[in-house]
Amino acid sequence: MNETTTVNKQTAGAAGEGAILPPVDVIEDSAGITLYADLPGVPRERLDIQIESDTLTIAGEVVLDIPEGMEASHVEVGLPRYRRVFTLSKELDPNRVNAEFAHGVLKLRIPKAEHAQPRKVEIKVM
Amino acid sequence: MVYRTLFPRDMFAELDRLQREMQQAFDLSPSIRGVARGGYPAMNVGGTPKSVEIYAFAPGVDPATLDVQIEKGVLTVAGERRLEPPPEKATAHIDERFAGRFRRVVTLPDDADAGNVQARYRDGVLHISIARRQAAQPRRIEIQ
Repeated sequence: MNETTTVNKQTAGAAGEGAILPPVDVIEDSAGITLYADLPGVPRERLDIQIESDTLTIAGEVVLDIPEGMEASHVEVGLPRYRRVFTLSKELDPNRVNAEFAHGVLKLRIPKAEHAQPRKVEIKVM
Repeated sequence: MVYRTLFPRDMFAELDRLQREMQQAFDLSPSIRGVARGGYPAMNVGGTPKSVEIYAFAPGVDPATLDVQIEKGVLTVAGERRLEPPPEKATAHIDERFAGRFRRVVTLPDDADAGNVQARYRDGVLHISIARRQAAQPRRIEIQ
């Protein structure tokens, strides 16, 4: 299997309350992994990113400016929160994660630990 | 070069998507313009006695490139979403986010006033508020 450096995908977990699974892109290069998640409607202060041992949880609450007495007639985003959980693989360094959040898009950069950086293996010619 | 892994996407994400599509198929009265596949931007529509409220969930779009038009009682939201190009020699493990041009259309109620519209883009959501005309009285049709 693909056991190298994938951020393994997991289900939203046993969270009782419903949450939207946000669409993500996960891109890996030699120095680390970049994760983008679409979280429209989440203000910065309602975004919650947690890394606990090897589990990365992205959660956010949607805050919309809804006038009083509004009745919804067509709903595609029907839950007020997002949640998605990933399992990080060992060579990723959870202490150096960098997060940017703008216009409802989260960009997480998770570098690989120093020892896991690629090294060129020299081949000796006999 | 970017290439996808050969493994199928997350099954639960697929089930989630399937469920959403099923819900859309059953919940909505089918519109003549259909529902955009993948739903970008996803839209919520609601109303109060004074206004029609439309929320387009369009994360990661430069607000300057958004185009909102009302013509003959039809609201159109169009634009383009460009994603950051991946670095060279990168592997895309998951690739779910929408990219490219989009266009979604909503039929407005008859009393929506196209001359009294407010649009704001915040946290990736475009919120369009259209006032209803005060004098939305039933019209009398003259018989000749």
